[in-house]
Amino acid sequence: QEAAKYGKKVMVLDFVTPTPLGNSWGLGGTCVNVGCIPKKLMHQAALLGQALQDSRKFGWEFTEEVKHNWMTMTESVQNYIGSLNWGYRVALREKKVTYENAYGEFVGPHTVKATNKRGVEKLYTAERFLIATGERPRYLGIPGDKEYCISSDDLFSLPYCPGKTLVVGASYVALECAGFLAGLGLDVTVTVRSILLRGFDQDMASKIGEYMEEHGINFIREFVPIKVEQIEEGTPGRLKVTAKSTKGNQIIEGEYNTVLLAIGRDACTRNIGLDKVGVMINEKTGKIPVNDEEQTNVPYIYAVGDILQDKLELTPVAIQAGRLLVRRLYAGAAIKCDYVNVPTTVFTPLEYGACGYSEEAAVEKFGEENIEVYHSYFWPLEWTVPSRDNNKCYAKIICNIQDNERVIGFHVLGPNAGEVTQGFAAAIKCGMTKEQLSSTIGIHPVCAEV
Amino acid sequence: GKYEYDLLVIGGGSGGLACAKEAAQFGRKVAVLDYVEPSQRGTKWGLGGTCVNVGCIPKKLMHQAALLGSALKDAQHYGWNIAQPVHHNWSVMAQAVQNYVKSLNWGHRVQLQDKKVKYFNMKGSFSDPHTIRGLTKAGKETIVTAENIVIATGGRPKYPTHIAGALEYGVTSDDLFWLKESPGKTPLLYYPFILHLHEIIVCISLTDASPDVSLECAGFLTGIGLDTTVMMRSIPLRGFDQQMASLVTDYMESYGTKFLKRCFPTKVEKLESNRLQVTWKNTDLGTEETESFDTVMWAVGRAPETKTLNLETVGVKTNSETGKIIVDASEATSVPHIYAVGDITEGRPELTPTAIAAGKLLARRLFGQSSELMDYDNVPTTVFTPLEYGCVGLSEDAAVQCYGSDNIEVYHAYYKPLEFTVAERDATQCYIKMVCLREREQRIVGLHFIGPNAGEVIQGFALGIKCGATYPQLMKTIGIHPTCAEEITKLHITKRSGLDATVTGC
Repeated sequence: QEAAKYGKKVMVLDFVTPTPLGNSWGLGGTCVNVGCIPKKLMHQAALLGQALQDSRKFGWEFTEEVKHNWMTMTESVQNYIGSLNWGYRVALREKKVTYENAYGEFVGPHTVKATNKRGVEKLYTAERFLIATGERPRYLGIPGDKEYCISSDDLFSLPYCPGKTLVVGASYVALECAGFLAGLGLDVTVTVRSILLRGFDQDMASKIGEYMEEHGINFIREFVPIKVEQIEEGTPGRLKVTAKSTKGNQIIEGEYNTVLLAIGRDACTRNIGLDKVGVMINEKTGKIPVNDEEQTNVPYIYAVGDILQDKLELTPVAIQAGRLLVRRLYAGAAIKCDYVNVPTTVFTPLEYGACGYSEEAAVEKFGEENIEVYHSYFWPLEWTVPSRDNNKCYAKIICNIQDNERVIGFHVLGPNAGEVTQGFAAAIKCGMTKEQLSSTIGIHPVCAEV
Repeated sequence: GKYEYDLLVIGGGSGGLACAKEAAQFGRKVAVLDYVEPSQRGTKWGLGGTCVNVGCIPKKLMHQAALLGSALKDAQHYGWNIAQPVHHNWSVMAQAVQNYVKSLNWGHRVQLQDKKVKYFNMKGSFSDPHTIRGLTKAGKETIVTAENIVIATGGRPKYPTHIAGALEYGVTSDDLFWLKESPGKTPLLYYPFILHLHEIIVCISLTDASPDVSLECAGFLTGIGLDTTVMMRSIPLRGFDQQMASLVTDYMESYGTKFLKRCFPTKVEKLESNRLQVTWKNTDLGTEETESFDTVMWAVGRAPETKTLNLETVGVKTNSETGKIIVDASEATSVPHIYAVGDITEGRPELTPTAIAAGKLLARRLFGQSSELMDYDNVPTTVFTPLEYGCVGLSEDAAVQCYGSDNIEVYHAYYKPLEFTVAERDATQCYIKMVCLREREQRIVGLHFIGPNAGEVIQGFALGIKCGATYPQLMKTIGIHPTCAEEITKLHITKRSGLDATVTGC
């Protein structure tokens, strides 16, 4: 869309290869269809379930029995996503960007072949190319995984309630999904191979896990599924999962209605003809290395988003990188995407917002004696009346003693963590120090003032 | 030494307690006097001051109760099946809130004890610059002397005594949070949202100040299902950015609060049915109107609690117009060794966090060898109306006045919170505005946000502004997706351009 603003002739090829279970979706990518958007809406549905409970303590009176209807929620969510798909089609049209719902792959220099779902092929040439094919969920590679398990690609449009669910994985996708499924009243178990939220601050990760466990989610640690069998067909059906310990030979079995795999995502770079044009990829991960201007090793081919090597897999990063790239190419701008201090939020039942270094990374980079960690537990005012946990919400900042106690890491665990973290991320970008933080007056009474 | 105490604090509220506890950390002998004169209706409360007892805390909790009412409606769109009817029970809420407040009163007592601060439940007044006469409820007198004295007696709601019946029949925020029974009779049905036959409440705000109290109260009263009307003589939220203020009231109007604009009451009478009849003048139409209500709440400003302190005896100067105590940048009054913090001080924001910060810094300067003064610039604040409004820095009008409209750039956006989509809620008034200088690296001088969790959103940005944040720095900050706050990092349409500021797309 940005390139079209500069009067360039632009084409977008978008195609969704159906999931093993046959699921597909419209224009907009992961975030809109099977990521951030439906995730946050279902997380909201779960939060509202909690709000219902709280509301009784605040004087609201209604029947004891409150049930959740999966179909009502999913339909509303899918309708909204449909409106976004439509919105993007319209936006592209208005900006005179040519859009084709076809699978694109390179066939030679400056040339791609686009194949639509009916198999019709067309060739297109362009001066420059941008690869932004993103990723798809990884499967375990065990018997029964593709036949019987679902992934996040299927969950958000599942036409029946998933029922008793086993979530495999400890990524933020796994924990967020487990979180909202439990919040909607389902029996949820999470099986974790080793640690939770790899790459995130581990102190915070264990607090998140603790909270989830205390709120009814079962965790099976240090086991991996080795086989999934169907006991009974149905919507949902019944599945038998066999898992093996990572520490020995112990085998366990369990029965679930649904098995959700959330063990990671793989870049969509293997089958798009990159070899035909000489674009190098990391053979192991499939990701594309780029320079700080998002350029691949082939000068006229660029890449943005989840497929980039060593960059964050986040929508706002992808958007920012894409826009700035185009401005550099066509508007004479020089600004590069700033990948430092990118804030993020994990929308688990107790939300976690972070920006900057984790405590471990800070210790590794600067040395334990050169950092100072300030921390505090807090009790959101809104949790007092309904007697919710008073020792779970937590915030910590990590400061670099040698650099005027500059704040290099910010972590908060609590309601609306995303809203809280955003402004602090801006402040960190401005080089905020502990002193400046201490001298800023708090807004009362909010969680962020802690 | 010469005096019994190193520090005596009169007033056990946000500022007073913060100052006392901080001073005690330095090993000083500290005492606090706290006394609550009952309201006209006889309402009184424990240690902690306005914020804890009749301000921020109960207000936010009742606001939360109202928000939960909205959540109940939203929940149905998200698949939750809630059988009708849904009622709100005031007594359950009030009891829960009051219990929590009482636990805070208790917590403060314990903290003072732990920190070895002596607490007197007495009303204090000056006998001389170092001597305070304390009077208990029973009339028992105690004399206390101190090297340094801090006045932190805060304020109390004003009554428009020139209006007949105002004093006898009206209540204020002092009473609202302690009512055991609903200020309006229980509505017959909450769903669907029908106009109730009974209970109507009026929150009356006249020309000056306490504008947010009236709107916040009217907001949550509407939210819990009571038929509420706000009567105001002139503009809402005076002192705040006026464009934002009107968006806030527009939302409240669509949310169900009634507004009687440019009207002022002339008398309040009690009817046989025990309801109250209010007569008012409509300045637009030049007519006189009447209507009956169950409760009339005055929110016409707060008056500083200085009358019974005997300030004239010791020579502490007050502002002739406002009655507030005049202090310098170090919180010192016109009399050596006598200081003042909080709502009682002239020219300071009437906010808990500023009172606390000022109280702490004062104690550190007096006893901790610090020289740090309180910085009252860029203090963020939030109005907890049904659609919340958070802001920091200058309003657009103030910025124009200060720098000239040619020298400022206003970026703005109308956005829709993701959570509103499935809930089918109206986001017309969800709006963000950022005021920047055109030069000086486009430094941000004001940020305004209307939307859910406004306080949480603004807090971090206030920090950024304190660090001298500029527009380019903000644009370099990547957003967190999906949140409302990220829209701030994406602001790019200026008012000057005249372009449509509605956010589109993901």
